[in-house]
Amino acid sequence: MTQEPLMGGMAQTSQDRCDPLLRPGNTNCGGCGMSIGLNMLSRAIGKRKVQIVIPACCGIVTAGPFPWSAYGAPVVASTFASAAAVATGLSRAATFHNRDTRVLCWAGDGGTYDIGMATLSAAAERNEDILYFCYDNEIYGNTGGQRSSATPVGARTTTTPKGKRENKKDILAIMAAHRIPYAATISLAHPEDCLRKMEIALDLKGFRFLHILAPCPTGWKSEPAEGVELVRASVRSGLFPVVEVMDGRHWKINIQPDFSFEDLKFYFEHQGRFRKGIFDVEGISSDIRRYWKELEAVVSSKASQ
Amino acid sequence: MSIELLSANHAAATAAILAGDANRSAGGFGSGVYPITPQTECIELLCTHEFEKGEVVRVESEHSAMGVCIGFSLAGARSFTASASNGLAYMCENVFSAALYRLPIVMMAANRTLGPPWNIWVDHGDSLMLRDSGWIQFFCEDNQEVLDTTLLAFRLAEDPRILLPAMVNQDAFVLSHTMMQTDIPSQDQVDHFLPTLNLPHQIGDTPVTIGGLDFPHETEVHRRQHSEAMGRVMGVYAEIQKEFREIFGREPAGPVVPYRMEDAEISFVSMGTTGSTVRVLVDRAREKGIKAGGLRIRMFRPFPGEALKKALAKVKRVAVLDRNISLGLGGVTWSELKDWAPKGSLVQDYIIGLGGGDIRPEHLEKLLEDLCSLDAEVPPKIVEVG
Repeated sequence: MTQEPLMGGMAQTSQDRCDPLLRPGNTNCGGCGMSIGLNMLSRAIGKRKVQIVIPACCGIVTAGPFPWSAYGAPVVASTFASAAAVATGLSRAATFHNRDTRVLCWAGDGGTYDIGMATLSAAAERNEDILYFCYDNEIYGNTGGQRSSATPVGARTTTTPKGKRENKKDILAIMAAHRIPYAATISLAHPEDCLRKMEIALDLKGFRFLHILAPCPTGWKSEPAEGVELVRASVRSGLFPVVEVMDGRHWKINIQPDFSFEDLKFYFEHQGRFRKGIFDVEGISSDIRRYWKELEAVVSSKASQ
Repeated sequence: MSIELLSANHAAATAAILAGDANRSAGGFGSGVYPITPQTECIELLCTHEFEKGEVVRVESEHSAMGVCIGFSLAGARSFTASASNGLAYMCENVFSAALYRLPIVMMAANRTLGPPWNIWVDHGDSLMLRDSGWIQFFCEDNQEVLDTTLLAFRLAEDPRILLPAMVNQDAFVLSHTMMQTDIPSQDQVDHFLPTLNLPHQIGDTPVTIGGLDFPHETEVHRRQHSEAMGRVMGVYAEIQKEFREIFGREPAGPVVPYRMEDAEISFVSMGTTGSTVRVLVDRAREKGIKAGGLRIRMFRPFPGEALKKALAKVKRVAVLDRNISLGLGGVTWSELKDWAPKGSLVQDYIIGLGGGDIRPEHLEKLLEDLCSLDAEVPPKIVEVG
């Protein structure tokens, strides 16, 4: 039962913020997945008050130079590894100041999977009242495209010119293992599921983690206009599972893939980073099957009900 | 007001608690804490206190401890933490950030030798590593001074003309784990001394990016403003000293603390607890008819060059006692002080007490002999006291 994305209801309405979260004049590249994510978030936030901590990443470059800001919300630019720590201070203070403000982190995969991992894990362990977004373009995009632990196997980057040998880190499982109230993955090709999750996460208390696969035409060597199609292909093929986990125990599959081999081939063939080098689509396909077998076992287990 | 036996660790924590509660009618208090020898007792005491409005967050590293303080401070809370040695090195990035965000965070540093090899005893190299970080730096000589300076540091850091973080340094174990009778002010007194914090660039609902991108010209302006704020510290400190005396009944020392310097021809310059040993030396030398005096640098950033110049004006020979070493140069204090000494004077650097080596009056007497025997300055001497 493949759930196709529905664009109905995505037009501008009175519910939307009159000052969008990502304003015109931002410096994001055309086709940047992060831009789509921020626009979705803008809609999800609506009239809620937010404060956002953004560590070193493209997300803070896009704000533009002092004294301008391309963000329609107060933003703190933190050091690379500190987003969840700075957000802890803001969030705790908001609580004892009785302020109705949600504190968000908006970090890339480098700031989440790599340098910010200890800070993130500690904030999750303390169950801080923070909504943490990782927009994952699977690369250090800001520095020109180096491998991170979110880079998938086979992808060529400037520091893995022959293709990365190691598998991508399973960030959702790591976050779920912290038994946080809510952790989920988001497909930008499925806006209704995306909005639903963002709204749930915005209104829950405690640590919430949302993982967004964010196409990066510059780093992926892909067509800017094809970003959403690439995400759709990765979801259909089962490469990017769209799931949510409540309290780290109750797993739910939100979009059932059809494991289409054509989509998997489309995903890899339409990105320059997967051309040449060490690459084995058949191998990846069997890895996907194994992953889903394990996932389905977790979902259907009694512990997950 | 009460007099109690306190270690310097507890003196710093006591001051932070009083200062934190003094901000209860405004943004409250927030702290991120992480243990490291020899400051751990400070944050342990902080963790026993229930703040009327405020929280202490037990984090996973010094880097995050300062990160959490930055978050609290940006939200308008008074903020404090403590660290030492490799903890300060690990925190370093966010130490700079706190200053560059212009946040009046106060940190106690129990100065400890950097490792490896691991050594838990006193050496000022850890805080001096951060001398260019844009923080105000104090070095204290006893536990009362640690308590008083912590209160002064909040007042100075939060002054709207300053808005810079401040570091209160004390010598590992010599002070951190040594108890001394300490005069603890009442909450009412501290409430009078510390106005509530009103951070002008506090984060609220206005869409601004704090700490985003700067082009060269903006950076030049920001650094100039930061430097100008440093330039105002001495003047504001003098005002605060006076108010402190009026409220607490004791005069906090100035940026440079002289001892028998009026007619001194020889001066021993030091920081921290070495200053006490220098006083013993000066008294012994005076008994022998040698016109010796002591100078203790209490405020290292901003550097009290003018005060040192004035104090050293008639001095012929200066011994700088550096409990630190800038490898490839010599002592940090010496390298900063020598240009402020009068022309024609002899300024000799002695690197002494590294890694917690016990500096005794006998060691200083030998240095006095050595200083008097010199015909000219020689490269910094490393003195081994064991």
